[in-house]
Parts: sequence; structure tokens; C-alpha cells
Amino acid sequence: MNTAADIKTPLSNRIKTDGSVTTLSEYQADYGYQALKTALAMSSADLLNLVKDANLKGRGGAGFSAGLKWSFMSPPEKNPGPRYLICNADEMEPGTFKDRWLMEGDPHQLIEGLAIAAYAAQAETAYIFLRADYEICAERLETAISDACAAGLIGKNMNDGGYSLDIYLHTSAGRYICGEETALINSLEGKRAIPRAKPPFPQISGLFGRPTAVNNVETLCNLPHIVQHGVDWFANLGIGEDNGTKLYGVSGRVKNPACWELPIGTTVREIIEVHAGGMQDGVELRGFLPGGGSTDFLTTEHLDLAMDFGTIAKAGSRMGTGTMILLDDQTCPVGMVLNLIEFFAQESCGWCTPCRNGLPYIRQVLRNLESGIGKPEDLETLLEMCGYIGIGNTHCALAPGAAEPLQSALKYFREDFEAHVNEHCCPYGNSGAENDQPHSHSHSQDNPVSGSHDQAEEAAEI
Amino acid sequence: MSSLIATNAMPGKSNWRAEIEPLTDQERTDIEHLASHYPRAQAATIEALKVVQMNDGWVSDGKVKAIADQLGMSPDEVDSVATFYNRIYRKPVGKTVVAICDSVSCWIMGYRDLQETICEHLDTPLGGTSADGEITLLPTPCLGVCDKAPAAMLGDKIEGPLTPEQLKELVEKARGQQS
Repeated sequence: MNTAADIKTPLSNRIKTDGSVTTLSEYQADYGYQALKTALAMSSADLLNLVKDANLKGRGGAGFSAGLKWSFMSPPEKNPGPRYLICNADEMEPGTFKDRWLMEGDPHQLIEGLAIAAYAAQAETAYIFLRADYEICAERLETAISDACAAGLIGKNMNDGGYSLDIYLHTSAGRYICGEETALINSLEGKRAIPRAKPPFPQISGLFGRPTAVNNVETLCNLPHIVQHGVDWFANLGIGEDNGTKLYGVSGRVKNPACWELPIGTTVREIIEVHAGGMQDGVELRGFLPGGGSTDFLTTEHLDLAMDFGTIAKAGSRMGTGTMILLDDQTCPVGMVLNLIEFFAQESCGWCTPCRNGLPYIRQVLRNLESGIGKPEDLETLLEMCGYIGIGNTHCALAPGAAEPLQSALKYFREDFEAHVNEHCCPYGNSGAENDQPHSHSHSQDNPVSGSHDQAEEAAEI
Repeated sequence: MSSLIATNAMPGKSNWRAEIEPLTDQERTDIEHLASHYPRAQAATIEALKVVQMNDGWVSDGKVKAIADQLGMSPDEVDSVATFYNRIYRKPVGKTVVAICDSVSCWIMGYRDLQETICEHLDTPLGGTSADGEITLLPTPCLGVCDKAPAAMLGDKIEGPLTPEQLKELVEKARGQQS
């Protein structure tokens, strides 16, 4: 058996390359569920402190300390009754495909991590909120939960203190906004996924009004390894200021688009040039969204930055989910931003005005630019709109997230926006008409079957 | 398509005068089981809608009423949930739903060619159903397979990366299996 020091890719070690799932017996043969046993022998408070000391930052995008998150839950002594731990497996950030890899390949790792988190948070019910389209994950997680229960690993009286845990899989029915934790909680209660006003935060009043913590899949998958191998081992995995590994992904015109587990703090250059194999022949890199569709563009001058939370934030963006989307020199930056805004406008829950009306307004300005009828003042309008939908003006982070790629594209690729105005067309040959004809482009119309629709479409036509 | 969606008096308006369509015993049992996962039965609304859709392909007004009945809600409450989520269909769909990802990575990698080719092939816009009622084409946000862009989901299976020709073949295969 490997010693702890040899384990460099703990989260993906058991993931097989042939796409088949790691079974319970295979998982247990490789120290699976031992960490849960160790954790259950500790007090919840000691376990929570261990994770706090490990400085495990949330891998869902925000990078908030997992241990700290649980510590904000109102304590059972003051607030007796049910408490909940929710796994956010609603991976819907455009360009993000890392949690699917973990859940398809090694579902027991998530179940064990979830059980450890639930124990630390003193929650006796846990839900996995899984996005609708991940059918393979659903099947494998369902099997993993029932196998773990049948083997007596999860269930009643798991330790001397009589700790019991029920884990349920909830499969969702779509909508990006479900990834916002309070929207997710509303969705789990069987309601429309509209974010809640905060405070109160979910740790005080969450699912069914009870103390609730929501953690991302990758975050939870780190827990068994932290418990098993300790805080020092975890700290040594990272290269820079953050601890552990990170799942990084690259999509766009590279030779080998994929997802890898690497030391957190690996440089952007290494991820793109070594792991993704560099750009495809004939195209050059112009910029990248470091961590999903709602992060600011960075450019080739940022290639030597470490992909960790602090470094990317200092450069003016966010590491987000750590899955990069690359812009190449033959792809129109205006068109790319339009595609993202189409997504965010469609996925707005419609609750607050800046998001509901602002995003379709921006979409129309961008469509005008793409179809060659943009005006010079449109660039200032777009910047102004980024302010209106920015942080502090909206009910949740959806619209501020949508502003990020737009505001940074205006900063780094301004000449492309200007060229659209000056040349009265998209210099990359995108036909703007595509975006103007309701029947040839998805976002410009109601989803005709589900009835879910984009409320502000008509109101914002300009 | 329009002939398929004539269940409502007005487009987009639910018709609660529609007769309740009773759930099957299996549906009732499944929904009851799912509701037992939560302290309140209403929490199972989305899953109940999915149970019905699994059998019928979509959720009719009559079934919305039946779900409302079982979960102790009003039909409007259930419908407010059903219409929020894009994977719940409140109108009939073809036997196979083909959902083409139109988010950023697939856009970069050429989703527009997929979309144009398949719309032309089936002679229907996105949101429409082929004349034989077999295939409904829908757009979908990011499917989470950006390393396999451009991608599409046929039924419950995600496929990628796809050329327009490959998508056409897969659609034809789905059509063949169904009929």
C-alpha cells in the first residue's frame, strides 16, 4: 500500500480510465470508508476543527472555508431539531464538467465525504442535489447509497454516540439557478428555484427552516483523504498558498480537452500547454475564462499565474470552478460574450429587475453589434449596464457573474467591439441574423415545450 | 407541432376544468416513496412530475391535478413548479427528445452546424417535433461534457463530440428503434 506521501492525486486515484465505476468492494480495498470510521470516533467539534485547520476551500467556485461554513450553523443546544447537509451536485456552470467525473468514477468517495461532513455538521439527514442530465451519475450514486446502507456503513447508530444518517439522492429538473445555494434549498423543498433573501443564511435557517450547510461535490470528496492522511499531508499537496489538489479542466480549441487532478496552484500555462496539449494547429490562444462562464477573461499575459483562489483574484478574475474555457484568435470575442449573456438571460429566475430586464437589454445590444447595426455609444452602454447588474444591486450572484466576462471582454478585446461598429458586421463572419431570428436560435425564444420562459424578452427589445 | 398541443384552451394557460387523469398505482407508490424522503410531501413535487413524465413523456393538465391531489397542493402550485424547470414538459413531445447543447464551449466548437443541419434534416425549428411525431428538438444549456463539445443528449444519453453527420445518424437510429 502506498504511504500517504506517495498519494498525489487522492480524488482521482480510484477513477478508472475505462469509464467503469469503482465498486464498494474495490473502494473498501483501497482504504475506503476507513476515514469515516476514524471521523466517527472523534467528536463532531474535533472533526470540524481538523477540516478548518486543513483550510479546505470550497471547490464549487466561491472558495469559502468548508470548516468555517459548518461552524456558522446554529448549534443543536440552542436550536434543537433536524439539521441538514446538502451536496451541491448541480454542476451547470458553462464550461464545467469536473464533478461529473468524480461522481461517475468514484461515487463512494462522495458518499463517504458527505457522511463525514454531515457528522461534522451534526446533521442526520443529507441530500445530494444532482442536476437532471447526469443520468449515469444518478444511477451510480443510487447504487452506491444502497450498497453503503446494506453494508451497514451508513444508517443507524454508526458510532458509540448513536449517530445516525440518512442520505437521499434528489435528481433535479434543470435550471442553472439551482446551483445558487438558497435557490437549491427552495428547489429541494419542491418550489421554484428562486434564491432567498439573506440573512438569514442557510446555516441559521435553511432547508425547511432548519440549520443547513451546502457543500460542493469536489469539496466533499476531499474530506476522507484529509481525515485519513492529516492536515500536513493536505497542505503539502498544494503548490502555492492554497492546500490540496484541484480538478482543472480545459475546453475550447485545444488538442486534448479534458479534466485533470493537479496540485492546486499549478500554472495556467502548464494546464493549457502540457495537460491540454496546447492549442489545435492553426489557432492561437487569445484569452481564457479561468473558472467557468461567470468569471472575468484573462489573457496570454496571465499564463504564468498560479491557478489558486488568491492569485487569480489579484489578476482581476476568479478561479471559480477551475474549468477554463479558451478563446482562440479565430473565435469572435463579442460572439462568445453574446453566447454567455444569452445563457444568463435565459437562466435568470426573473425575481429581481436588474437581472430580469438588464440581461436581455445587454443581449440586444450585443446582438446589434454582431449583426452590424451597433453604434459607437453601445460600448459605453454595455459598461454602464455592467454596473447596474453588479454586486449589491441584485438578489443573487447570477447577474454580477454574467457581467464578469462582459466587462473584462470590453477591457481586453475592446478593438473587436469597435471593429463590429466600424465595419458594420462581425469581422469573424458570424451572421448576426442567427441571433435575431427567434426560430433559429434557442435563447431568443421561450422554451416552447417546458413553458419556462424568459420574462423580459419583449420588455427589453430596444 | 401545433396539432399536438391543442390540449389547452389558450396557449400557455392551464385548463383546470380538464378532467383529473388518475395516477397509476405504480405512480402513486413511487411518489409516496419519494415524498417519504422529506418532512413535507410537497418537497417531492419535482420528482412526482418526473415520475409521470417518465411514463407519459410529458405532464398533462389532468396529471398536474392528480399530483396536486396526492401531495395536498393546488394545481396552480404544482404548475408553477412544473413551468419553472426546463426538463419538465407541459406539452407533448416526440418519443425521443434530442437536446442540443448551445452553451459556450459547444458554441466555440461548432454547435451551430449541428443545430442547422438537424433542424433542416427534421424540417423543424428548435422546440418543434418531426412530422412523424418521433423526435422533438430542444436547445439545452451546458450539458457538462465540455471536453466532448459539441455535444447533444438523445433521450437520456449524452453524446459528443459530434459532427452534423454523426448527429443525423444517431437521430435516425433513435427513430428506427422507436418505430
